[in-house]
Amino acid sequence: MNFFFEVLIGGLLSGVMYALVALGFVLIYKASGVFNFAQGAMVYLAALSVVGCVEKGAPLWLAIILAFVIMTLFGIATEKFVLRKLVNQPPITLFMATIGLAFFIEGLAPLVFGSEPRALELGIVDEPIPYILDNWNMVISKFDLVAAGVASVLVAALALFFQYTRIGRALRAVADDHQAALSIGIPLQNIWAIVWGVAGFVALVAGMMWGARNGVQFALTFTALKALPVLILGGFTSVPGAIVGGLIIGASEKLAEIYIPPVMQDMFGGNFGGIEGWFPYVLALLFLLVRPEGLFGERHIDRV
Amino acid sequence: MIKKFKPALAAAAVSLAMLSQVSVAAEEQFFPLIDYRVGPYGSNGQAFYGGFIDYLNYVNLKEKGVNGVQMTYEECETEYNNAKGVECYERLKGKAAKSAGPIHTMSTGISYALIDKSAQDKLPLAMMGYGRTDAVDGSVFPYAFPLVTTYQMQASAIIKFIKDKNAGNLAGKKIVYLYHDSAYGKEAIIAMEAEAALNKFTLVQIPVAHPGNEQGAQWLKIRQEKPDFVVFWGWGVMNQTALKSAQKVGFPRDKMIGSWWTGSEEDVVPAGEAAKGYMAATWNVSGKQVPVIADIETVVYGANKGNLQDKAKIGTVLYNRGVSAAVLSVEAIRKAQEKYGKGKAMNGEQVRWALENLNITDARLKALGATDLLPEIKTSCDNHEGSGKVKIQQWDGAKWVPVSGWIEGNKALIHPLFQASAKQYAKEKGITPRDCSKEK
Repeated sequence: MNFFFEVLIGGLLSGVMYALVALGFVLIYKASGVFNFAQGAMVYLAALSVVGCVEKGAPLWLAIILAFVIMTLFGIATEKFVLRKLVNQPPITLFMATIGLAFFIEGLAPLVFGSEPRALELGIVDEPIPYILDNWNMVISKFDLVAAGVASVLVAALALFFQYTRIGRALRAVADDHQAALSIGIPLQNIWAIVWGVAGFVALVAGMMWGARNGVQFALTFTALKALPVLILGGFTSVPGAIVGGLIIGASEKLAEIYIPPVMQDMFGGNFGGIEGWFPYVLALLFLLVRPEGLFGERHIDRV
Repeated sequence: MIKKFKPALAAAAVSLAMLSQVSVAAEEQFFPLIDYRVGPYGSNGQAFYGGFIDYLNYVNLKEKGVNGVQMTYEECETEYNNAKGVECYERLKGKAAKSAGPIHTMSTGISYALIDKSAQDKLPLAMMGYGRTDAVDGSVFPYAFPLVTTYQMQASAIIKFIKDKNAGNLAGKKIVYLYHDSAYGKEAIIAMEAEAALNKFTLVQIPVAHPGNEQGAQWLKIRQEKPDFVVFWGWGVMNQTALKSAQKVGFPRDKMIGSWWTGSEEDVVPAGEAAKGYMAATWNVSGKQVPVIADIETVVYGANKGNLQDKAKIGTVLYNRGVSAAVLSVEAIRKAQEKYGKGKAMNGEQVRWALENLNITDARLKALGATDLLPEIKTSCDNHEGSGKVKIQQWDGAKWVPVSGWIEGNKALIHPLFQASAKQYAKEKGITPRDCSKEK
């Protein structure tokens, strides 16, 4: 039973890391109704900017600020050169534009900062907490707990931002209908620049946590793969949904990885491990059948 | 009269002499480089192909080529993508029709895609430490060369190393095989199972789904299993994640031994302190203490003809691996010239013969300045591997340090597995194997 809880808690904490990436998707989707294919690449760019600035001699705090500036400028440039001309175009057009953007970032970022995998030291050691290990014989990582704390603060701040600020409400209005938002005087261009800047900040936080955990390298772009089932479960438009979806995916995939293969092996023979690559997607697909808008997504009803 | 034309005759003679020199210099040995320097694994390719090209330039500068034949190359970028690899091969094969050095793709997927094509086009395909391992049996695979060592022989050598650490007895021990859940990761399972049966240890197989950036469940399982050692077959981000995850569950890194795809600087530096003490197999040593590596830096970079922008990569595991691949390739050209004519460019068929008849002794390696860079190699029709030896190296936090001599895998146990697999392949493809006793 102890082992079950160890796996469960480990999974929940991993889920928080997925949620960090999923948050960036939610932000863009809420503001523009677009699934931003480039979010994984943005995570890579943000983390690479931090280590790139550190390598050029900047202290870590300054490197983080510089990376934030880079991500903000990137957000503004994206609005100006990519999105501005696509106002009122179908969502699929905007989606295709983000695919192009992803390839652009994946090519440009290593060109500027180099492609070698590098370490990112945030001063948080990824080791078990001795007290929990000694008293309950469970491995709970200090780093994972810090990541959970960071994600909680981020979610609370974003939820408050969307719910209670003028810009937040404008963002939601733009997401509902670009043209209607424009007609009541909401400056669409500014709103999109802001939301891409905020998404860049979220990518920076996710990139730093993932980069510190596994190293800063091209594979950071793959973190987006884990965010997709999280979004399906939590809903594309809900900030708290990203967290809850992340927790469910993280916990279920870890439990599945531990407990399903032995059963399958007993039934069919062979080796059935390594299922956490596809298990979250199957879970998300099953969930889609029951609740297509996700746990916290907005139910979309069209008048016929 | 003669006096009158003397200057003109002299000029004509000089021109002729120059022309003949030009015709000699025009003899070139072409290497089609199907490589990768960008994309997810770009940094690995940069070091490997940088080392490979630097050695070709080194031979040109130091020896003026092989018996006067200049080494030339053309690169084609694959981004480690199979489709692009095939596209590159099709683009370069025309140019390689007259003279061709061995093709090194540094990709198992691309090698698999090219194995039949290269045999049809009579172009030798080198797969040093990767690719189709049953191509050790040259009777079925005349143009494919898994040179130096294979996944299975490497796994066997790692077990031998662990056995030596345990006073020659592994009975009752438990070894976890943690692997990338792909064809690459599964290649060594057959060898691990054979070794487990032979040495009576318990083998626990734990796969990791691609890309391997999340291994929480696997390492909790490892913690529960309490193994004596973890043999680790990772790739890319999976390597750093495994080291970090081992740290997270408190598993000692000096009880982890990885394959050579997990044993470069690129694999351990991003893991920081978590990598300290970790061990990995290698078929080439790192560092600039190898004379030829130091000499390349002096000669090639001194002449401003170095291939790398980042000179810090010189002497790294992958750079030295690129050099060792080029050493073998150039030695094959030299061997082919001994048989088919010195000072001539060699075609694919001739180089294939040479690759099958390599005999690179320690004395020869010393003469090349490559002492201990790679093991001795002696190939034949029925042994395209030629060595089967690896060293175990340990990361001390700043550099890789060899902690063993050359260890050969259990050939008697592993090579019959290759032969059985090659026989099956020949049956499926309708290939009549060559009679190796008639090959020279």
